Amino acid sequence: MQKYILARKNTIAAVSALLIILGFTSALGFHNERLAMWSLALASVLGVAPIAIQAYQALRVKVVSIDVLVTIAVAGAFVIRNFEESAIVTFLFLFGAFLEQRTLQKTRSAIKELTEMAPESAWKQQEDGTFGEVAIDEVAVGDILLVKTGAKVPVDGLVQSGDGYINEASITGEAVPVGKQKNSHVFAGTILENGTIQIVAERVGEDTTFGRIIELVEEAQDSKSETQRFIDRFSLYYTPLVLILSLLVWLVSRNLELAITILVLGCPGALVIGVPVSNVAGIGNGARHGVLLKGSEVIHDFSKVDTIVFDKTGTLTMGNPSVADTVYYTTEKEKTAAYLVSVELESDHPLANAIVEKLGNIDTYTVGKTDVAPGGGIVAMVEGKRVVVGNVTLMEEEQVAISDQVQKDIVRLEKQGNSLVLIAFDGEAKALFGIRDQVRPNVKSHLQRLKKLGVKHLVVLSGDNQGTVDLVARQLGLTEAYGHMLPEDKAAYIKKLQEEGRIIAFVGDGVNDSPSLALAQIGIAMGSGTDVAIETSDVVLMSSDLSRLPLALGLSKAILANMRQNIAIAVGVVLVLLASVFFSEWMNMSIGMLVHEASILVVILNGMRLLRYRLRRAR
Amino acid sequence: MKKATIQLETLTCPSCLLKIENATKNLQGVQKESVQVLFNSSKVKLSFDEKTIALEKIEQAITTLGYIVKKSQARAM
Repeated sequence: MQKYILARKNTIAAVSALLIILGFTSALGFHNERLAMWSLALASVLGVAPIAIQAYQALRVKVVSIDVLVTIAVAGAFVIRNFEESAIVTFLFLFGAFLEQRTLQKTRSAIKELTEMAPESAWKQQEDGTFGEVAIDEVAVGDILLVKTGAKVPVDGLVQSGDGYINEASITGEAVPVGKQKNSHVFAGTILENGTIQIVAERVGEDTTFGRIIELVEEAQDSKSETQRFIDRFSLYYTPLVLILSLLVWLVSRNLELAITILVLGCPGALVIGVPVSNVAGIGNGARHGVLLKGSEVIHDFSKVDTIVFDKTGTLTMGNPSVADTVYYTTEKEKTAAYLVSVELESDHPLANAIVEKLGNIDTYTVGKTDVAPGGGIVAMVEGKRVVVGNVTLMEEEQVAISDQVQKDIVRLEKQGNSLVLIAFDGEAKALFGIRDQVRPNVKSHLQRLKKLGVKHLVVLSGDNQGTVDLVARQLGLTEAYGHMLPEDKAAYIKKLQEEGRIIAFVGDGVNDSPSLALAQIGIAMGSGTDVAIETSDVVLMSSDLSRLPLALGLSKAILANMRQNIAIAVGVVLVLLASVFFSEWMNMSIGMLVHEASILVVILNGMRLLRYRLRRAR
Repeated sequence: MKKATIQLETLTCPSCLLKIENATKNLQGVQKESVQVLFNSSKVKLSFDEKTIALEKIEQAITTLGYIVKKSQARAM
């Protein structure tokens, strides 16, 4: 019976609305007071039924809920035979609950979209070698699965055969498809846009990166900040307090109408719902765009950040050296390039890799008598010629002629922070390559946006030499840059800054800088899929570039502002209502309930603005 | 001991949390400290001793409060 009534709350609200209309038309239009009274009384009884049941259940588990206040108020209105008020109050309360449910679902939609991306079935290899479709729960680690074009990757796994392009937006927030071949890792919830692959399941269900992200986001949305815990505690005592207050008013003034009006006005609805609503909408928005904010505490701290420290130059740069400058001193360019690639293929030095990558597909020669000079380069025989590939020191040792022009270029490229590779044969230098770790595209504009958002200090702490670090700092307009830093130096530096009263966010990949990540008020992990980083940090940026960092900061600030607005609205409304009940004539229960429900909707709608939050483009 | 995740229909009032929390905490076999009612995701997470209490009983405690259980699952810890 109880369940039957509760499940039909919305129908009850509709019926009582009709009864109220009937009551008022018969009273005002036909002056039929009897019919009016009866229909309003019926509306009240119907309407109060589900509320009273909820109140009873709350009291059974020792909670004085809003339902309790409303039920008593309606009962009181009945006693003084004010059926108009009792009918309207119950209707508004039920209708308000209906609207709240609808709008709250909207604020949670971002997360819902995310969870709906979870795969539900997989094509699993059977014992006879064929593939059959099974529910996702039946997939275990080690199973071989087939993923077809357009399908979701069901689990985290390793590609065994086949290749294709995968849209990893659900994990990284990046819409550009990523190519996958044998031995590539694929993630659950991503979509194979073309091609067909077979994978071995490595992690399934909640252990997949996708599963963890969802769990983290859900927990983050419900994590409570200091403010919110205070509000919760407050409302725990607040409702009984309102009850006592109205009882006192009744005892002193003997005015039952005033007493029950206070009951309705004192409902704390908007206050308790305002903060969670901002939270859920904001965090949901972030999760959809590859930014994981772990809870409202984090949002609070992050929005006050004034110093952002980057863990290494590699975060700001491409992380692997590439050829930035090429100068030939010969007309035989192709032959020189072919010799160079042939020799460099013998080595797996990062500089050699950079050159091979740059010059790429080219006919190579057989290389003989390869001799590696550690810290210098390679000397080898190609087509009977002695070919020297390496740095300036090696050239001097091999007595290669360096012309003035070459010397000038060497100085110039070194100044720009390049590592140099020369190739020489026939006793003279034929070409010069400047290789350096290049700044990632757009990093500068991202950092600019951070500054606009109020970050005063941008610092890089790097293990690289000071020259390289200074160069990057100059290019990007960083405020401070320190090289030759070991992980413990970085931690010590952060401690020092904190003692100066700065609020620090540390950006890193979380691999060997966990002390700093933990020490900084806000640890920000970058890059997709690294478990440690996801677990230990406060903010996770799912893409491997910095583009999400300004969004994360801007969003945090917006969420915090939104929460404050909501608290102000809620507190303001209650104060105005309580003041007007004592100092004005027009205030009654129905108006009180209307304003009260309206304020709840206002805070929810205000929270929903966060769903649409996007960072405005920096100009 | 098992860990249960119970998905409820959308929760709308924060005082619902308190009700569900109090109701499940006081069940015999449910680990008091483990009870977590998540408002936004409308989920209840708790650990319970499957020998003392069945998952259905826990669900029942919630449904008698008037909330609809959509889905539930228990995993060994």
